Amino acid sequence: MPVMQYREALNQAMREEMLRDDRVFLLGEEVGAYNGAYKVSRGLLDEFGPHRVLDTPIAELGFTGLAVGAAMAGLRPIVEVMTFNFSILALDQVVNGAAKMLYMSGGQFGIPMVLRGPGGSAHQLAAQHSQALEAWYCHVPGLKVVMPATPADAKGLLKSAIRDDNPVVFIESEVLYGMKGDVPEGEHMIPLGVADIKRPGNDVTVIAHSKMVHVAMEAAKELEAEGIDAEVIDPRTLRPLDTGTLVESLKKTNRAVIVEEGWPFCGVGAQIVDLLQAQAFDYLDAPILRVSGADVPTPYSKSLEHLAFPDPRSVVAAVRRVLNRQ
Amino acid sequence: MKSGSTARSVANVTETNGAETSASSALAERARRLDASLLKDLLEKMLLIRRFEEKAAELYALGKIGGFCHLYIGQEAVGVGAISFLGPDDYIFCSYRDHGQALARGMDPGALMAELCGKTAGCSKGKGGSMHLFDKRLGFYGGHAIVGAHLPLAAGAAFASRYLREPRVTLCFFGDATVNIGSFHESLNLAQLWKLPVIFICENNEFGMGTPIEKTASIVHLHERACAYNMAHAAVDGMDVLAVRDAVGEAVERARKDSLPTLIEARTYRYMGHSMSDPTHGIYRTKAELEEHRRKDPIKRFISALEGIGVITQEYVEETDNRIREIVEQAVVFADQSREPGPEELLADVYLP
Repeated sequence: MPVMQYREALNQAMREEMLRDDRVFLLGEEVGAYNGAYKVSRGLLDEFGPHRVLDTPIAELGFTGLAVGAAMAGLRPIVEVMTFNFSILALDQVVNGAAKMLYMSGGQFGIPMVLRGPGGSAHQLAAQHSQALEAWYCHVPGLKVVMPATPADAKGLLKSAIRDDNPVVFIESEVLYGMKGDVPEGEHMIPLGVADIKRPGNDVTVIAHSKMVHVAMEAAKELEAEGIDAEVIDPRTLRPLDTGTLVESLKKTNRAVIVEEGWPFCGVGAQIVDLLQAQAFDYLDAPILRVSGADVPTPYSKSLEHLAFPDPRSVVAAVRRVLNRQ
Repeated sequence: MKSGSTARSVANVTETNGAETSASSALAERARRLDASLLKDLLEKMLLIRRFEEKAAELYALGKIGGFCHLYIGQEAVGVGAISFLGPDDYIFCSYRDHGQALARGMDPGALMAELCGKTAGCSKGKGGSMHLFDKRLGFYGGHAIVGAHLPLAAGAAFASRYLREPRVTLCFFGDATVNIGSFHESLNLAQLWKLPVIFICENNEFGMGTPIEKTASIVHLHERACAYNMAHAAVDGMDVLAVRDAVGEAVERARKDSLPTLIEARTYRYMGHSMSDPTHGIYRTKAELEEHRRKDPIKRFISALEGIGVITQEYVEETDNRIREIVEQAVVFADQSREPGPEELLADVYLP
């Protein structure tokens, strides 16, 4: 199986889907001649031409809205936001437009569109360029939210997102673009809404998405040395959430820790806790614990930034607590 | 192109009447060049909108229509004139003031009234309401209720037409206050930059809700905003249905032949409040001012022009008006008889399978 970077896997997914369906096109800042700010769209302009790979002005609201309108009229746009920080400028078009068009038109207008780009924290980019905003999008009915953690998932999920007839918010990880892994060739499809057990275990369920999957996996390795067998589950799609897989795991382990980079208040983890307590209350042996980003804007200073996001140590500490092994 | 007066003064009645006379004769001149059946169709559509909106106001007062309801009375010539030049495959996007354009496009008045009443037979199954009218088969791509947010959508539909090499054009209607919001500028820039076949129609009814446009826009002639984007632009008397038709016709040709956008400012006036919750006058305009504008009524003007050139008679107008009132009554009956959406509808149409 070929080994490739996360960014190459995304590139391959877009390329294959553009070859498969000529209604699929890509637009965004620097996606063409510059090959993408993070080189995810490398070579696509050369292969598909300026008709299908469009460099846009720095006008997120305008070009995202244009994509929604194009989707209403039969196209299948992929909008690349240079980072999800800038997607806030286009939020009205996504929340009030793409997400609601089908409902408020009485089922007449679906929006088959993918809004993709990097999200999450990065290195010393400070408050406005380093944050996890997935909870905002997860809140909205009509949207699907996908966050791949590995190159193989990146390819399989992006292909499914492009073929989905609904608006899909596809949040990549800025710091995973260079990560390498095995990626199946050709028709490698991963259905949306299906979680993946990244490490089976019996003692505790650790739920994490995107970059936090790797933090959780590292924590699991440390815990193994202590004789604690953690099951690490990556939901991969946050909306719709594969609650069934999470509940099944909890029935086995009876304890859970949820890890996310985002802010704690009304975060993704809060939602997962709610679903688990409602559906598996009788199986719980301890309160579900959450490890999240600190409830602050991201600081610039390396030493402070380090304190602002979950790391394997904070996950290990939470697991010990949930197992009463302080 | 003739441009309408934007002065809101009512001081000089004689002068206004003089301007009225010349505007009417210009209207008559335009009418002479057109087919009688087309002229009658335009009149019927304007009358249908007027009577429909009057009835909507009644139903709102009765509580049958809820929420926000923005009426089109006074502005009929803009929607009817503009849409009369479109082909069946073209697209239309509107703001929340969208009843008039929907009727002008040929939406069934019953489906429209049912939508206003929140019934399942409504054009959006009762889920959109007054501000979100949709009819895909008619190319009616929605009423959109965030100011300015549908301009990028219209540019996007035009983009799709060009991408798919379809000869469609897109009309996009919005109010004067929209020229100050970012999405207006981002859309005009993209439309000109990417040569999109879209016509932006600014219906300048002089007020953004209760604030006169001269208090919020740094320029008086709103169509000149297009200059910043090197886009073709025009101002037109929005109380003259044929002047609007001509101006939009030119823009449609430009869009279809050269795939280029246009910004048109149609100077018009709304007689009712911004929405049904607002007074027609008293706060931001006087009764005298409103009455002055009502004298330039687009329907009365059109009727008198058509009578003047012998296309219609007084009897014809009465007969037609009665027929249209009956159509509107039937629309109310249809809406009344239509079913309320059941609970099974609540969760439907959030996602496609």
